[in-house]
Amino acid sequence: MTDLHPLWQVLIMAAVIAFTRFLPFIAFPEGRKRPRVITYLGSVLPYAIIGMLVVYCFKNVSVFTYPYGLPELIAAVFVVGTYVWLRRVLVSVFGGVAVYMLLVQLVFV
Amino acid sequence: MIKKSFRRAFRDSLPIMAGYLALGIGYGVLLQSKGYSFWWAILMSVTMFAGSGQYAGVDFMASGASLLTTAFMTLIINCRHFFYGVSLLDKYRGTGAFKPYLIFGLTDETYSITATTTLEDDISPKHYYFFLTALNHSYWITGCVLGAVLGMFLPFDSKGVDFAMTALFIVIMTEQWLSSREHLPAILGAATTAVCLVVFGADYFIVPSLFLIALEMVLFRKKLDKTGEEVSSE
Repeated sequence: MTDLHPLWQVLIMAAVIAFTRFLPFIAFPEGRKRPRVITYLGSVLPYAIIGMLVVYCFKNVSVFTYPYGLPELIAAVFVVGTYVWLRRVLVSVFGGVAVYMLLVQLVFV
Repeated sequence: MIKKSFRRAFRDSLPIMAGYLALGIGYGVLLQSKGYSFWWAILMSVTMFAGSGQYAGVDFMASGASLLTTAFMTLIINCRHFFYGVSLLDKYRGTGAFKPYLIFGLTDETYSITATTTLEDDISPKHYYFFLTALNHSYWITGCVLGAVLGMFLPFDSKGVDFAMTALFIVIMTEQWLSSREHLPAILGAATTAVCLVVFGADYFIVPSLFLIALEMVLFRKKLDKTGEEVSSE
């Protein structure tokens, strides 16, 4: 019996995750009128949530212990700088990864 | 048109490929270290398709958490998906048979692309969304299985590759900043999350952040609401 416990856990986790994703589409189905505030939230949330996700990515960075978040800061400045300059997503993303990998593997070790 | 949609989806998925392979491998290694075979990596990456959800899931399994605890914690960690769906109600409308899979595969990364991208006229949105979701899913499964099979014996030091995700979100935020005049939602989203991270700590900040962000958006509605004209087309 105990062998099946992890399997049940996975199935329940999969069901709960699917539920969190399907809920808005079930609550506000196609072709049905929905509250205006929901339409409004749908239009502004992408901007706010990207801001949230950026901060989310830095959640385990400690600014008080070595290397004080410097690799993340330098790589982030590189990404923003190259993107404003060239407007090429792939250049900024893969360049940023290369800079970050160099920093964490060779510079701030 | 379908071919073009695939090409555009593939191009947009490249940053996510790097991030998912790295994060997936990290997850597979963790899973293997707790004594679970790669079959679990396949099962979980196919059915759950959630980064933070799966990382936390390994802990719940290894510690033998009860089904109720597992369900509740998973709900807390993943409730941000609700907000993703709310902002994709219109974009995912009319995607027909693809829709259930698009919703099933709505990860942070897929959301960050589909919610913010503008598609050219010669691209079929539903095919584009489908290809993007399926490509990302395949990268994720590949990464998870690779990590679980290879474990610690990776031929190269991949430390830092997962910065691809961070870089992608920064690029999207920069793009939105450059292309819109209204910066308040982005500032509030980042600032609120940062404050919540400090106040509630790295394990518990997401739920209060989402709640406060939604509240702030409602409070600033007079200033930010530009959906007035579109609503009548419901």
